[in-house]
Amino acid sequence: MKIFPVRGGIHPDYRKDLTCEKAIVPMPMPQKLYLPLQQHIGAPADPVVGAGDLVKKGQLLARAQGAVSASTHAPTSGRIAEVALITAPHPSGLPQLTIVIEPDGKDEWAELPAPVADPFAASSQEIRERVAAAGIVGLGGATFPSAVKLNLGSQNKLETLLINGAECEPYLTCDDRVMREYSAEVIDGARIMAHALGTPKIVVGIEENKPQAIAAMTQAASAFSNITVVGVPVQYPMGSERHLTQAITGLETPAKKLTAELGVVVHNVGTARAVHHAIRYSRPLLSRVVTVSGGAITEGKNIDVPLGTLVSDLVAFCGGLKEPPRRIVNGGPMMGQPLPSLEVPVVKGTSGILALTADEVNERDTKPCIRCGGCVTICPCGLVPVEMAAFIRKDNLDGAAKLGVMDCFSCGSCSYVCPSHIPLVHFFNYAKGRLNDADRERRKLERIKMLAETRNTRVEQQAQAKKAAAAAAAAARKAAAAAASENPENKASV
Amino acid sequence: MLIAVGSLVAMGATLGTVLGIASRYLAVEGNPLEAELLALLPGAQCGQCGFVGCGQAAAALARGEAPVTLCPPGGKAVAEKLSKKLGVKADLSEHEDKGPQFAFVQEDLCIGCLRCANECSTDAFVGAPKQVHTVIRENCHGCAKCFKVCPTEAIKMCAVPVTLGEWHWDKPGSHELH
Repeated sequence: MKIFPVRGGIHPDYRKDLTCEKAIVPMPMPQKLYLPLQQHIGAPADPVVGAGDLVKKGQLLARAQGAVSASTHAPTSGRIAEVALITAPHPSGLPQLTIVIEPDGKDEWAELPAPVADPFAASSQEIRERVAAAGIVGLGGATFPSAVKLNLGSQNKLETLLINGAECEPYLTCDDRVMREYSAEVIDGARIMAHALGTPKIVVGIEENKPQAIAAMTQAASAFSNITVVGVPVQYPMGSERHLTQAITGLETPAKKLTAELGVVVHNVGTARAVHHAIRYSRPLLSRVVTVSGGAITEGKNIDVPLGTLVSDLVAFCGGLKEPPRRIVNGGPMMGQPLPSLEVPVVKGTSGILALTADEVNERDTKPCIRCGGCVTICPCGLVPVEMAAFIRKDNLDGAAKLGVMDCFSCGSCSYVCPSHIPLVHFFNYAKGRLNDADRERRKLERIKMLAETRNTRVEQQAQAKKAAAAAAAAARKAAAAAASENPENKASV
Repeated sequence: MLIAVGSLVAMGATLGTVLGIASRYLAVEGNPLEAELLALLPGAQCGQCGFVGCGQAAAALARGEAPVTLCPPGGKAVAEKLSKKLGVKADLSEHEDKGPQFAFVQEDLCIGCLRCANECSTDAFVGAPKQVHTVIRENCHGCAKCFKVCPTEAIKMCAVPVTLGEWHWDKPGSHELH
């Protein structure tokens, strides 16, 4: 299969050898599980349990609300200790409503609905409903509700389901291990998703630095003529949806459009496996594979972690920390976000936990820009980071928006190559946040204006009605007075 | 000499006539800048700027009689937009931006007098006479008119809390400046 070139990108030191030969091990059930109501993009889920309730494994804890949302289920049986505000696994350290479960150690399953007998005879609608009921979100890290993404076939003509096994972030090996150990499950999940989407072709894209995964997936896919497994060049950020699509189809996704408009839908390998579990066994998403790595970790591992496990429990399971880490990162080192503390839970979008030493973080002072143009050459989106950052530094956000800062997906390649260590991607994250704020403010202002106008019209109408009523009353009085003066004897007789 | 005077008089007469006609037929009614400025203001007619409503404030801005920082609920964002539209450099560093706010009714103090509900220009209050009132937060833009009329000080103005979805990173290096 022909692979098309993708512009820009970098070749960081991958350091995947720390954990790539470590088979996935299950995490022993911790003392407590913390399940935030928002582990996905969209509206937070609505809790259906309260403190003191007894729940079984797989039971619904919080129901999806609105069009874009995802449900959460109990990863084990136990008692709900509380539903409280707990620090979110987010760099802000802000609290979030979280359901806390005390496991009872029995790990008793709730009664699950019967699995779909033949998924390939089932309707697309039924598969989507099952996937939504299982609370599955994109496990690559974006955490977009998968059922919504499986509905893209209704508005677009789709050609290809692209299964993303690129895993271009350094350190992370969870997708690599899933593909090696559960290749049949991934392929089955992908076939079910392709059936729901109505795509004739399935392509599995894997970076060439994972030969064992390519071999395993090729073997698992050999029975199906519509599935192709391809190796894609080792080039960060190949795992980005748009860039992988470009490498496979040669088509560039236009700004502010979806890959679906090119006929391609991209799902992560972990998501495919979760769909397999949801459809074949009716099992909701209760755990995910997490890579724990980094120089400060005693022993890096790939672990099948129940959702809601504290990062501190995970680190303890890996033998603790050898040295105090300079930074704890949630996700990969390029796009991952620092964690405020170890006392935050693993959620659906946690692909890795990295405890990085000062050497690995390699913080250096920012120096003036030497205008080498390195960031322009490597930007995989074809943007001009140096110019955008100059605008943002002077708070000219509209200028940066004109240059396309909203099309930046924060891959961090520009910050990585900058010889002056300018925190370019940090500037863009800040600008994107401010521009989103401004957009929200604009929408609010429109709403306020509309409300004020509605009120004004109402007040005017009321005033007019009052005037009309007063005039009518006055006229009636006048008429009555006139009538009375005409027939004074009548009045006297009354 | 006569030719020069004659031609100048002729030119003056012609151009004068043309300008006279043009001023009658191409006249601009009102100041178009006013309408543009009005579109930038919140339009809630809260009157905190000291003018009767947003229309009067826009007129004063167009005449250059009011500072661009006049609108408290609009905050820094509106001030920035106004200064851009008017092409004036406003010193926004001194402008105290309290950030977005909303009104909150402390239920134990509310006597249900409805004054706040009558004052509110966006119908953000829910309440009936002698019943506790409350504010629909999405409809409140923090103009604080209700706060001023409440006889029992039951209303407090709170900062809109930052949520996980709205949080964003600070500007790089901004910590070092402060």
